Amino acid sequence: MSLRNALIVYRKELRDMLRDKRTIRSMIVMPLVAFPLLFLGIGYVTAEFSGEAKTEIAPVMIHGGGNSPNVIAALQKLSGIRVLPYSQDALHQVAEKKIRAVVEIPSGFDAAISAGHSEKVVIDYFENNDKSEEAESKLEKFFDKYRQQILRDALTARGLPPGLVDPFTVDSKNVASASQVGAALFGGLIPYLIIIFSFTGATYPAMDLTAGEKERGTMETILSSPISRTDVVFGKFFTVVTASVVTAILALISLGASFAWAKPKLLAAAHATFQMSIEPSTVAVVAVMLLPLAVLFASALLAISLLAKSFREAQTYVGPMSFVVIAPAIIGLLPGVDLNWKTALIPILNTSLVSKEIMAGSYPWIFIAAIFGMTCVYAGIAIFWAVRMFNREDVLFRA
Amino acid sequence: MIEARELSKSFHDKKRGAIRAVDRISFSCLPGEIYGLLGANGAGKTTTLRMLATILAPTSGTATVAGYDIAREPQKVRANIGFLSTATALYDRLTAYETVEYFGQLYGLDAATVRQRADELFTALDMQEFRDRRCGKLSTGMKQKVSIARTLIHNPSVMIFDEPTSGLDVMTARSIIDFIRQCRERGKTVIFSTHVMPEAEKLCDRIGIIHGGKLRAEGTLEEMRNHFRKESLEDVFVEVSGDGR
Repeated sequence: MSLRNALIVYRKELRDMLRDKRTIRSMIVMPLVAFPLLFLGIGYVTAEFSGEAKTEIAPVMIHGGGNSPNVIAALQKLSGIRVLPYSQDALHQVAEKKIRAVVEIPSGFDAAISAGHSEKVVIDYFENNDKSEEAESKLEKFFDKYRQQILRDALTARGLPPGLVDPFTVDSKNVASASQVGAALFGGLIPYLIIIFSFTGATYPAMDLTAGEKERGTMETILSSPISRTDVVFGKFFTVVTASVVTAILALISLGASFAWAKPKLLAAAHATFQMSIEPSTVAVVAVMLLPLAVLFASALLAISLLAKSFREAQTYVGPMSFVVIAPAIIGLLPGVDLNWKTALIPILNTSLVSKEIMAGSYPWIFIAAIFGMTCVYAGIAIFWAVRMFNREDVLFRA
Repeated sequence: MIEARELSKSFHDKKRGAIRAVDRISFSCLPGEIYGLLGANGAGKTTTLRMLATILAPTSGTATVAGYDIAREPQKVRANIGFLSTATALYDRLTAYETVEYFGQLYGLDAATVRQRADELFTALDMQEFRDRRCGKLSTGMKQKVSIARTLIHNPSVMIFDEPTSGLDVMTARSIIDFIRQCRERGKTVIFSTHVMPEAEKLCDRIGIIHGGKLRAEGTLEEMRNHFRKESLEDVFVEVSGDGR
């Protein structure tokens, strides 16, 4: 290969690509505008709603308990709920999301408790409805405390120490820093976005520089020039990698900027205690990990698109390929899917998982080296394949 | 000069199996000469010229073009030819000048030489007016001129034209014909394919009629007429091409 020739092709392709409105849209406008807006929109709406469930004064009805003024009075004092007068269709109202829960207190509850009998309180709620579940949780906590108080009073009345109720307590303590918690929660999203954007950024130029050229009749023009086909492939390959990396970087910058702007609002809305700060150096390490993946995408897309006679045909080949890329990236985001030697063998998924680890602050160096090396090997095979395809007459001149 | 020896090319087709598109063709074309390759659609003209331009590799046989073997030194062959066909389109998003400059660079010329050669060509072909206009916005005639400038930027000694006038209007076709004639006058070796008989009659010093992948007849226009005892090249062509049907 002659680097000089490959660079001549690269410069020409880059100039050509930057004059194409469709490329500009997919490489610059899309990552800068559409996706961050989308993600922010989803994030904001989710935070807004979960926040609303937490802050709402939940309307609740009490069934029974007429001769139990103590528990009723305590319930009415409970903050975060508002006791409404009981109506016959109370359960129906829960199902209709008009009220959040119904508390059923058996008759003679206060008296039975004083006499030491066990009683059963029922909380009717709407499962999987955020606001109803929030009300149910408040009520359950209330009854837990109420039960403890009664026990403590009973023990004191009998001259026994209150510690009998709670011989010991358990306190779970988070030792991870607030930023680590944030990274663990959202860290997977960054590599996922880089993977998706580096793929989508490579897709259009790869199709345009191969199938598009065949369709427009410029492929034979370049093949009649004295440079080797390997030089042509590398020139095109550098162009597609550039598009891929630029798209991913722009997406990251745009997302980072939008996130920094919206962070206080999001945190406040979600009543979150964790921080969402990720070190730029961490993102840089992840970006390096993802570079061979961009190379893999570029060469695989070039080779596949070259099979097609037209741009449209290339789209039908690349469509299913995007699923092959997105699926492992999404699996990498799922909780419970961890990095081990089995998952480390799967391309894309391995990079996604190791990047998630890096984002969360741990650096499993053996995995990092192995996965980087492996992805480089896959990328090398894909480049070799693309060069082979460019040297096949039946592919270049498919009738 | 071009010298083809037993040049053959087979393709594999899923439905039809092996197809011999070009079958042991031998001919030669000297500097200062225009060799016309005549044939109907699918006769094997384009495949032959693509092999000479080293865009396709021959299945057997070989050829020397400008002194280089097409199989052993394809890059040197391409560096010494200008190849123009209906399939060699231009980049719509590059200007006329950028296109010619790009090919000058690909032919290994330095920046100063590219500039000087491009200027000469743009003036000679009357292209200065649209030199900075994008090729996608040019008329068919203007595009053909850009293509010509592209093939001449490195001043090749051999010119290969594959149906260069196909689909062009009369005026543009005529300018191409004039240009091919000028190439001969400058001592270049010129081979061109066509199925337009008057074009071949006007231009060619020697003619080869290709049919079914084989070279069926070869000679000067006079020799052809005398040999087949026909008045026009078209009659000769029908006679020769009819053999194989």
